[in-house]
Formats: sequence, C-alpha cells, structure tokens
Amino acid sequence: MYRIGGGAGFSGDRIDAPQSVVAAIAAAGAGGAVIFETLGERTLALGQIAKRQDASRGYEPLLEDLLEPVLSQCVESGITIVGNFGQANPPAAAAAIQALAHRLGLGALRIAVVGGDDLVGRVDLSKTERWDGDGRLPDLDGDVIAINAYMGAEAIAEAISAGAQVVVTGRVADPALVLGPLVAHFGWRWDDLDRIAAGTLVGHLLECGSQVSGGFFADPGVKDVPDTANIGFPIAEVESDGSFVITKASGTGGLVDLRTVKEQLLYEIHDPAAYLTPDVTLDISEVELAQVGPDRVRVAGAKGHPAPEKLKATVSYFGDWLGEAEISYAGPNALARAKLAVTTIDERIRRRDLPVRHRADIFGTVSAFDSDSGDLLAEFGGTTAGDYRVRFAFGGSSQRDVERAVQEVNALYCCGPAGGGGVRQSVKPRVRTLSHLVPRQLVQPVFHFAGEAS
Amino acid sequence: MTILGTVQLHAIAHGRSGDKGNRLNVNIIAYDQKHWPVLLEEVTAERVAALFAHRGVTEVRRYELPRLGALNFVIEDALEGGVNSSLAVDTHGKCLSYLVLGMEIRVSVEPGEDAMSRRVLQSAK
Repeated sequence: MYRIGGGAGFSGDRIDAPQSVVAAIAAAGAGGAVIFETLGERTLALGQIAKRQDASRGYEPLLEDLLEPVLSQCVESGITIVGNFGQANPPAAAAAIQALAHRLGLGALRIAVVGGDDLVGRVDLSKTERWDGDGRLPDLDGDVIAINAYMGAEAIAEAISAGAQVVVTGRVADPALVLGPLVAHFGWRWDDLDRIAAGTLVGHLLECGSQVSGGFFADPGVKDVPDTANIGFPIAEVESDGSFVITKASGTGGLVDLRTVKEQLLYEIHDPAAYLTPDVTLDISEVELAQVGPDRVRVAGAKGHPAPEKLKATVSYFGDWLGEAEISYAGPNALARAKLAVTTIDERIRRRDLPVRHRADIFGTVSAFDSDSGDLLAEFGGTTAGDYRVRFAFGGSSQRDVERAVQEVNALYCCGPAGGGGVRQSVKPRVRTLSHLVPRQLVQPVFHFAGEAS
Repeated sequence: MTILGTVQLHAIAHGRSGDKGNRLNVNIIAYDQKHWPVLLEEVTAERVAALFAHRGVTEVRRYELPRLGALNFVIEDALEGGVNSSLAVDTHGKCLSYLVLGMEIRVSVEPGEDAMSRRVLQSAK
C-alpha cells in the first residue's frame, strides 16, 4: 500500500494544511508522497504576468510558505514532494526550494524540474483546432505570451525513479501529479489502462485538496462539516491493483463520506465515461464507492481507454485590462439609488464613448447568477430599502480607457445618487486565455535535476 | 398517505459546479437513492437550460450516473467568457450550482421520521 496526500488544491490554499498530511504519512513509516496543485487557467496567466515583470518570479507566490513547515519531515521520512508550483517558471521554483533547503540545514536536495509544456515557437496555432469548451469565445489577436500544453505523468514518474526528492512542474494535467508517484512506486505499465485510469482517479480526487474532505461542502443545517477552521486535507491509501481509500489525518476537522467524494468525483468532469487526460481516457461511469470506516471511503472500478491523440494547450494573450469599482447605498430607497447609479454609469460610458466592455452588479440582489446584460437585475423585485453594494467591471485593451471608466465610478461620490459611499477601485492587467488542441508529438516532456549537469 | 409537494431541489439533492474555459459543469446528487427517479424526471436538460437562458447558453447535456444517484450537466457558454475573460463577480461560476439547486421540483413523500421526509415536508409547507 502506498500513501499519497493532497497538500494544496489551488494557488492560495491554506498554508498550514500540508502539515497534518505529511505527519500522518510519516507516522505510517512507509514513505509516500504529497502533492501540491496550485495551477489553474487563472494562476498560469498570473504566473506569466509575474515572469514578464521579473524573470526570477512566475512560480507559486506561496511556495516557500507551503513547503517550509513540511520540507524537513518529507526529506527525513522519504516522502516525495510533487507540485505544479513551478507555474510559468519551474527552474526558478526549484532554485527557491533549494535555497529553502539550505536555510533549513537540509543541504543539497535532488530536485527535478519537468519541462516541455512551453510550446512558444514550436506550434503554428493557425494550423490547430480550438478546444470546443471555449464555445463561442471569439479568436483573440493580442500578443501571445505563452502556450502551455497539458503534459502527462511520464516525466514525473521517471524523475522519481531516478531519485528525485522534489519534482517541480509547470503545466501538467492535475491528476498527473499523483499518477507519476504511483507509477514510480508500483511500476504500472503505461498500457495497463485500468491501473493508469485508477491512478488518474486518485489524482482527480486529491488535486483540489480539501474539496474531497469537507472543503467547499458545508451548507449549515443541510450538509454540516465539523471544525471548518481545521479541515484535514486528504490522504489516499492506494493498493497495487488500483483500488484505494480516501481518508484524512485523525484529529483534523472536515469529513470524508460518500457525499464529499461524489461531489469531487464529478467536479470539472464533462462526459463521465471519457475524462480526457494526456495519460488515459478515464471512465468513471462504473465507479463504486463504499464507506468503510469513519472518514474512510473506498473507491474502485475506474476504467481506462486509450489517451486522446491530441493534447490541450492553454494559449495566453497579453493586452487586456480589468477595472473594478464599487460603491454602497444603504437605508430607505437604497435599491432605487443603486439602480440609478448603474444607469448613470451606463450613460456616462456611452457619452464619453469609452471603448470598454462593462457590466454592473448590485450585491444583495442577483449578482452571482446574472448576465453581463443584467436581465435578472431588471426583473429583481426585492424590497427597495436595504444595504446594497454596486459593483462595476470594465474590460478593454487600453489601460487608460479602463482607468477612465473606473474614474467615472469614483465621480459618483459627488455627482451620483444621494448617500453613495465606500468607493473602492482597482485596475489590473489581465492575461486572456483560449485552449487549442495540439499534436502530441510536439510535446516532449523532459526533466533534469536542478544544479546537476544534464 | 402520500403528500405531493413542490420543493426546492436543494431539499433532496446537493451538488457542485466546476469550470473549464467557457464551459460549466454542475453535478446534482440525490441524498437518498429513493429520490433518484425524481431527479431523472424533474431535473431535465431543458429545465437546466432555461435557468441559464439569460447567460446565452448554447447547449446543455445531461449525463446519468445511476450508481452514484447523480446527474452531471455540461452547460456550454455559461460563463460569460470564462475565468480570464468574464466581467462577472464569480468568474469561475462557483456559485452556479446553487442556481440549479434553487429549482422548484415536484415530489411525493410518505410522511416519516427520517430527516429527508421531514425536510421535504417542511419545504412543502
């Protein structure tokens, strides 16, 4: 049996979460692995911006905070660390981890850097098809700053087999972070598709950290979660046949039951019979779950089919700006005043002919469910007294025009409806992304050990 | 005695939404396997599409997972451009599972002491 834990489920996750995971795996005394999944379509874009501004950045900003509390115990207990915390700059992340190891008195570590996901200059996008999940999104014609292909687990597994204590990746398919260590440990063959599928499913369930163990789950009185301030991150106990149990460290909050596992099983899944990854097409339609103890759910029945011929790649375009500004209205007739602020800004943007996309929401009404055109808000018939916050968003290719639009919201202080207060505003660069499908042979996953001649 | 009531889907099911690109998926899971037929009957792709009509969705596909008592909806073009383009507050669409869970559905229950019956009856009032 092999233990592997989820140490982070996104960029910005709780930095003290990995400690109980690593402590539990270490206590079992048989080694294992802990994975850090900190890279999404949004965070990859943020990493590209950071790297553009400073060539030594562009990796997970919380990297040192996440690893410092656990690095020594992982090294001492033979627990392999695997993370896509390299984001847009894996070599820089490896250097930061090595520096951390020196600070902690651990000396030189064997840190593998997995590359090959960056396809800039290696693919002609005009000859590739777009991924259908972007639907009607128009083609973008901005400055392409990155093309990152989703790679599989092979280079990760090879790096671990070659002795890596830490594996740093950029864009790999999230479940590959888990499949890699499992293949290295059990020696599964890549054409043993049901086991590759099982390992991918372990990864799918661990990749979002506590989302399988009580995070993103609590709904008071309906789905209660114990001790939400100390949710235990998940640990999988995997058998050589690919069956496994999802559990968590004792003494932590959260819970692992059929409901938490089902929600995560189908999270970001499209066709359940064909979850496409670079390593395998995973079929979870026949998966069986069983509660086999407190906070223990057994998972079995993943099926594998051959991996797709093409790999998904995220194409990042620079040159978009997002401006946001908010203002509050409270007390009698507040909703009417808030709606007047919305129509006033609409008219101001039109009169000044600012070339920006824009949208307004009124928090406390229908903001999360509404559309850019505000159809639900137009129909909203709530009480007009209350405490409402109007939020405006502007997008455009010109920083100056977006700033001008945001300034219009600030001008509501003196020129807008009565009693508007608490303006907050920000303008940030944004990397827009589209996904393309690229030929597999263009993507050559490779690894090298940081600081060692390759 | 069977009581026919109209309740929010939230009374008998839970779920989670996820995003990739401009595509949203929402899973809807029955708390109790006995409500699986209700999900199949009431929570149709057409009704889910209607909930998202104002977002300009172009297609809704429903996948059935009877072993899990779950439905998975794949909702195309629901995210106003997706996480790196949308001007919406919730660019991921993480809140949107609760748009589906707010759907009104028809259920018939036998009054009982189990939590689910109580919840359905309470909601039906």
